[in-house]
Amino acid sequence: MSKLLSAKTKEVLLGPLNKNNPITVQVLGICSALAVTAKLEPALVMGISVTIIVALSNVIISLLRDTIPNRIRIIVQLVVVAALVTVVSEFLKAFAYDVSVQLSVYIGLIITNCILMGRLEAFAMSNRPWESFLDGIGNGIGYAWILVAVAFFRELLGSGTLFGIRVIPQALYDIGYVNNGLMMMPPMALILVACIIWIQRARNKELQEDN
Amino acid sequence: MSNLRKFIDKIKPNFLPGGKFEKLHSTFDAFETFLFVPNTTSKSGVHIHDAVDSKRTMIVVVLALLPALLFGMYNVGFQHYNAIGQADAGFWQMFWFGLLAVLPIVVVSYVVGLSIEFAGAQIRKEEVQEGFLVTGMLIPLIVPVDTPLWMIAVATAFAVIFAKEVFGGTGMNIFNVALVTRAFLFFAYPQSMSGDQVWIRTKDTFGLGGGAVVDGFSGATPLGQVATSTEAHTQIVDMFGQSYSLLDTVIGLIPGSIGETSVIAIALGALLLLITGVASWKVMFSVFAGGAFMGLVFNHFGPDTASANLPWIYHLTLGGFAFGAVFMATDPVTASRTETGKWIYGFLIGVLAIIIRVLNPGYAEGMMLAILLMNIFAPLIDFYVVDANIKKRLKRVQVNE
Repeated sequence: MSKLLSAKTKEVLLGPLNKNNPITVQVLGICSALAVTAKLEPALVMGISVTIIVALSNVIISLLRDTIPNRIRIIVQLVVVAALVTVVSEFLKAFAYDVSVQLSVYIGLIITNCILMGRLEAFAMSNRPWESFLDGIGNGIGYAWILVAVAFFRELLGSGTLFGIRVIPQALYDIGYVNNGLMMMPPMALILVACIIWIQRARNKELQEDN
Repeated sequence: MSNLRKFIDKIKPNFLPGGKFEKLHSTFDAFETFLFVPNTTSKSGVHIHDAVDSKRTMIVVVLALLPALLFGMYNVGFQHYNAIGQADAGFWQMFWFGLLAVLPIVVVSYVVGLSIEFAGAQIRKEEVQEGFLVTGMLIPLIVPVDTPLWMIAVATAFAVIFAKEVFGGTGMNIFNVALVTRAFLFFAYPQSMSGDQVWIRTKDTFGLGGGAVVDGFSGATPLGQVATSTEAHTQIVDMFGQSYSLLDTVIGLIPGSIGETSVIAIALGALLLLITGVASWKVMFSVFAGGAFMGLVFNHFGPDTASANLPWIYHLTLGGFAFGAVFMATDPVTASRTETGKWIYGFLIGVLAIIIRVLNPGYAEGMMLAILLMNIFAPLIDFYVVDANIKKRLKRVQVNE
């Protein structure tokens, strides 16, 4: 290990940000992307929580991977994830109570987030801890930046605020501008994710399917 | 005419590949084929050609919409002058007021929609499709007169891009584009699309028809009154509390979206569509049948609320029911294509529209959601109709062996 990151580990870390993005390419974790992106703050907290949980559970499962019997591996993975989710959930309740109220059940539901099980099954079960850790960080950030991008437009156009601070000037409302109520509804998150996928595929030829 | 033809032939080389305005070829082609029936034929396979191509078909629909549009303009003026207590204003004064109020909406809808269509065709290097000629006319007719123009522009752009262009343009869309526009407006800006403040213009239009609103004025639509009523039976009334008769709701001098109020004007359009065979009578008839059926069911077995007790015939004459049945449900792109499927599709639209109106107090009007919902199911209906037909014929083969 002369270098900190070889070409392969670099790909493991950075791939999920764009060409192997868990949301826009693998289309995993869509449910929470709809639920928590009405405002930027919960979206950011959700993104960070998922990043931490994916990275740590990847490391733990990777360390255990040779000792886990194949037939009960899903249960073992679930126990690890559930333990980490409980820790994060309690941490948020203690130090960021308002956000944890906004996120309500969705922190708990990280257990069922497809990205977690997907990474554990596809990567951590067959790779060493360091790569697994980078893979978890990469996928978590790949998930988080989509969430933050969607939440940015939803909060800006739906409430006229960013992180709760008013950014659309009152003068605009005075001449008849109205916040877009549809932006506050979950369907609009799907359409915004679709727009990101649209732009991403238009820029990356290898992501385009032929039909 | 021949001069125009000569002029077009003269400038045509500029727009062909290699010409000066090559990038505007789609635009040029759109105008040329719009003015003259193209004299080209298909180059491959065997096709049956009708002399009436889709541009000419679309024009028939636009013509069929004209009675509703013109009546809508008059009605906008009529409601306005009544609201400011000048019911003695002349016919032309009312019509002129309505024209000035409605025309900007028509212009915005066409300019925004057509720009996106032309740009989209140009990017994909295709011919400009003519579907928006009808959509652009439908949008102004299904919105309240006081909808801000920028909202119409945003909603039209959204609908043309996300309900039409991403699916591949005219003929490929799953949802009726005009209804997606309305649905976007309805969910994004509910305060401009429902309630009792938006249906009658009380302010002046370009300085015309100024005046104070008369005391005791209420701008609620008949269906809005029914939906908000807390009594078991409600009398639908005009803006000053005079009750409406069934005939009033048929003639259509009542508050509502611009083109939806008059059953007579819509019937004129329906007649043209049916005579020319542009719209399917099966869809049209079965929507009304479904609405009447569900209305009767609620009349006899429904909950004891004002909307369930509203006589079934009023359900058909009020709100967007007739307009949706004639102009929206019959859209050949989004409706079922099989003949049996058309009956099922239409009937379920009628049934769903009345169910939404009666059982969901949040929505006074159910036609938009009913048609959009059935748009989703139209391909499924077709699939099972075709499947059933194949099974039936397969059975016949086996019997003969």
